[in-house]
Amino acid sequence: MPSDLLLLLPLLIPLYGALLCLMFWQKEKWQAAMAGLAQVAWLAGSAFLLQRVWVQDVVSTQIGNWPAPYGITLVADVFSALLLLAGAVIGLAVYLFSLQGLDVTRRRFGYYPLLLLLQMGVSGVCLTGDLFNLYVWFEVLLICCFALLSLGSTKGQLEGTLKYVTINFLASGLLLTGVGVVYSLFGSLNLAELAVLVRQPTHPNLPLLSMASIFFLVGFGVKSAIFPLFFWLPASYHTPPIAISAFIAGLITKVGIYTFIRLFTLIFVSDLGFLLPLLAILSGLTMLVGVIGAAAQTDFKKILSFHIISQIGYMLMGLAIYTPLAIAGSIFFIVHNILVKTNLFLISGVVAERYRTFSLKKLGDVYLEQPILALLFLVSALSLAGTPPLSGFWGKLMLAKAGLTAGNYILVATSLCVSLVTLFSMTKIWNEVFWKPKAQSLEKKLTRAPVNLFRLRQLYLPVILLLVFILFIGVCARPLVQLSERAANGLLHIENYTETVLTNNNTRK
Amino acid sequence: METLLPLMVGSLFAAGLYFILHRHLFKVILGLILFGLATNLFLFVVGGLTRGGTAIINKHEKVAVEPYADPVPQALLLTAIVIGFGIQAFAIVLIRRVYQTFKSNNLDELRKENEAH
Repeated sequence: MPSDLLLLLPLLIPLYGALLCLMFWQKEKWQAAMAGLAQVAWLAGSAFLLQRVWVQDVVSTQIGNWPAPYGITLVADVFSALLLLAGAVIGLAVYLFSLQGLDVTRRRFGYYPLLLLLQMGVSGVCLTGDLFNLYVWFEVLLICCFALLSLGSTKGQLEGTLKYVTINFLASGLLLTGVGVVYSLFGSLNLAELAVLVRQPTHPNLPLLSMASIFFLVGFGVKSAIFPLFFWLPASYHTPPIAISAFIAGLITKVGIYTFIRLFTLIFVSDLGFLLPLLAILSGLTMLVGVIGAAAQTDFKKILSFHIISQIGYMLMGLAIYTPLAIAGSIFFIVHNILVKTNLFLISGVVAERYRTFSLKKLGDVYLEQPILALLFLVSALSLAGTPPLSGFWGKLMLAKAGLTAGNYILVATSLCVSLVTLFSMTKIWNEVFWKPKAQSLEKKLTRAPVNLFRLRQLYLPVILLLVFILFIGVCARPLVQLSERAANGLLHIENYTETVLTNNNTRK
Repeated sequence: METLLPLMVGSLFAAGLYFILHRHLFKVILGLILFGLATNLFLFVVGGLTRGGTAIINKHEKVAVEPYADPVPQALLLTAIVIGFGIQAFAIVLIRRVYQTFKSNNLDELRKENEAH
């Protein structure tokens, strides 16, 4: 398959999938079938793309064959293909979960097309090679998020979505302003050409670049929920049903971090002496505040939402240390976190499917009734906390080692303490939900859904699927570590990236 | 023009932010719209203003004659306006729905009701 097509497939498959779903409006069986096909195809397309960039390092194509700095560039390297593949895996898992775990009304009225369009937005952000298109794809992604978060319009959802829309609109405005500033300084929006321009030490506008980078720091800071800008996340992520919040919580903030790492290794590199200490402080505080927030919560979904913030701190930590090993650690951690976080959300969904509540106080005794589910939760939770030999451990090991080598002792100490508190909060969920005997006074009040074993088994399926991946990257971490190192290497040595984009213009007439 | 426009952009940004921070839902919409306008205008001004010259290449020449207005910011602007329009439309519908559901357009009351709920 030509690599042009491979680059286009992750965009076209979800788009056509969504269109097909729209043709079967109100017929949820047909929609589910179409969406299932699209999910499998998206997964296959991403896997092929990863395989291709593993061979060729960087592949790029120009839409309409306009030469590089003028046309619309699509480009993929190991980092973007890896993120796409992780997104595709959780896409499939969330799709499988939605078949039984989401109400018919939501499935009938737009869940599948919106999810697919959201995935198209993610593909666009990962594959674009142009700063303005990055903004546009982010908007595609966000508007689908808005619609998904408010799908069903319960009171909580409306309130959460209102906050989410307002703050994200502000952040997008800041991003657009930043794009304007960069264009006015360098006269180009193509990422590869910008990367070449900012590396010319004599460029007259170079000193103004760090001002532009602050716009992006704040804009993407909001979208990826870093320290002072994260308040919208715990206010909105727990409101929609699990089949929606699992995908959004698993992937969207990580896409923000992806653009962070991409832009701050490719373009905003002229003033790292100022940016890196700032990022180090922000990442430390993000970890700390997120985990402390989680410790104060007594709701399954809210605890998990706060942990998203704390884990964003780890991903930022790799960027702040800025060595190949550290960035590889970040990338490993992103992939690990996408899988584990989605899985934990899905497990909370399975629990709530039976007991109709997320409150730790009301739950209990789940271990007695669903021992397999308890085991699945235990493995995922320990993986999130970073117990060896599970996947979180390797990411944290790489980050800590890189931090110690670079002499960033305070940051490493913070990250290790935060791991400990993460373990505490996971233990809290374990004790409250799975272990403790249920309060007798609540026993009668609790409306319990009738057991339908077939349905319950179907809900286990996506959880087990994700757990297989989590166990694989934990027990057999070598392939993913190698991939992350390749990706980090590609991010820090950009010659290959810029050359492929800028000279690969007229290979075919 | 060159001194007037930056002042306008600045005041639009300020007004937009002020309204977004308001607890009245209708003013939040106004704020979103003004903030969107401010970013769009900023994008237009920051690309440099040239009057009269279009970037159309004449028959006899290979490149456009200087001075011409840079078409790229205009293209970006068009896209940004359309996107902003879409999001504002969504926000207006959302806020109307919030008003219908909560029977209130005050953000603080919304929160109280949700906590009681």
